[in-house]
Amino acid sequence: MEWAVIFEPVNLALFGNGILTTLWLLFASLAVGAVLALIFALMLTGPWASLRWLVGAYTFVIRGTPLLIQVYLIYYGLGQLEWIQARWNDVWPWTHFKEPFFCALLAFSLNTAGYTAEMLAGAIRETSGGEIEAAHAYGMSRFQTMLRVVLPSAMRRTLPAYSNEVVMMLHSTSLASAVPNMLDITSAANRIYATYYLPFEAYLAAAAIYLTASFCLIGFFRFAEGRLLAYLAPQKH
Amino acid sequence: MALGGRVCKSVKFTRVTSMQAYYLVILQGSLLTVGVSLLALLVSILFGLGGAAAKLSGNPILVGLATFYTTIIRGIPDLVLMLLVFYGGTIGINTLLEKIGSEATIDIEPFAAGVLTIGFIYGAYMTETFRGAILSIPKGQMEAAWAFGMGRFQTFVRITLPQMVRYALPGFTNIWLVLIKATALVSLIGLQEMTYLAKQASAATRSPFAFFLFTGALFLVYTSISLFVLKKVNARYSLGTKRGTL
Repeated sequence: MEWAVIFEPVNLALFGNGILTTLWLLFASLAVGAVLALIFALMLTGPWASLRWLVGAYTFVIRGTPLLIQVYLIYYGLGQLEWIQARWNDVWPWTHFKEPFFCALLAFSLNTAGYTAEMLAGAIRETSGGEIEAAHAYGMSRFQTMLRVVLPSAMRRTLPAYSNEVVMMLHSTSLASAVPNMLDITSAANRIYATYYLPFEAYLAAAAIYLTASFCLIGFFRFAEGRLLAYLAPQKH
Repeated sequence: MALGGRVCKSVKFTRVTSMQAYYLVILQGSLLTVGVSLLALLVSILFGLGGAAAKLSGNPILVGLATFYTTIIRGIPDLVLMLLVFYGGTIGINTLLEKIGSEATIDIEPFAAGVLTIGFIYGAYMTETFRGAILSIPKGQMEAAWAFGMGRFQTFVRITLPQMVRYALPGFTNIWLVLIKATALVSLIGLQEMTYLAKQASAATRSPFAFFLFTGALFLVYTSISLFVLKKVNARYSLGTKRGTL
């Protein structure tokens, strides 16, 4: 074992860059994914059958295919379409499709949106009828009931499942290494392995970083659950 | 990992026959995907049963080991573990062989590395599912079996196993669906399953969109078939259980 190699300034910087890219990818895709998930969840529980069917089909496809295929489809696949090729040199949103980072981010966001939407929709459906009746009795409209009563409680109740999704997304960002010119934690390990031919040191270091990050995220969610879901815990005497 | 540059610049529909040939090759590669998934499932069930047995054994060393296993594995990405086993394992085994004084060198096949790592990883998830399922069986069942003079093994095969299937199935179904999709990662260490072949076909024909869409559709077909089959299995193992109605 030659751990000294990992701690050389060049390689530490490589891992440092990797950590930044991974975290940036993670939080950006979670943020975009959460907004999309909220919209999708409202469609899934809404009164329009066609929208329910459409979003249902979307989550079925997203959850039924590997993320790697989704990344390839967006990075390699979309670049093949002439319609996008005609635009990606100068028309604004399409110029981003040339950037590996944007393609990875888009794939991750769409993926996490699919999973989170189903979780949130489940929590919205499980809201106890009494709460909604009480809201109606106060004279709240459908929209007000959703905004003031159902969503705040449904989002809190999604938290335990969502914490799993966040850790899963952290692990999924390692697939960014399958896109050329991306430098996330796994790609950093790949480069160190390729340069020094030290697979154990390189990948164990990456594993240790992911493990630490996972524990930090889990710890944060435990704390958040303790604060936000305290009212669901059994009463202490 | 050399994955090549971006290959897609224009659409060509001239070589229709060769395109069809590529679809056939990907379809054949999907059989390898199924093979890897099923073997990895077998490995993960073995690890899961072992882990659950260790966690329920009450022996502090075994409990500690199993807890370490499930915590560590679930905190590291599948891909990193796979690369560690594939690249690290080869060097590790050969260094060991060298130290013993053996001249032989061993190469780990991507197939074996994929099956073992995926099995090992999802064994950690299986451990938790199986542990929960075993705990859900009323204690009286096992006590009755012991009273009949059955040994631990007999009790497990005759009494525990048939009943825990029903409790374990929902978790098992989820893990299986994730496991099938995880086999796409084995393409990154060079196993020529359908994702790998789709990438090759894309590079050769410069029409990645259709090939990846096709591969994605095949995954959807396999996950749909699995859901259908597991529903039947669930119905079979739930025979004779009473459901409370509200």
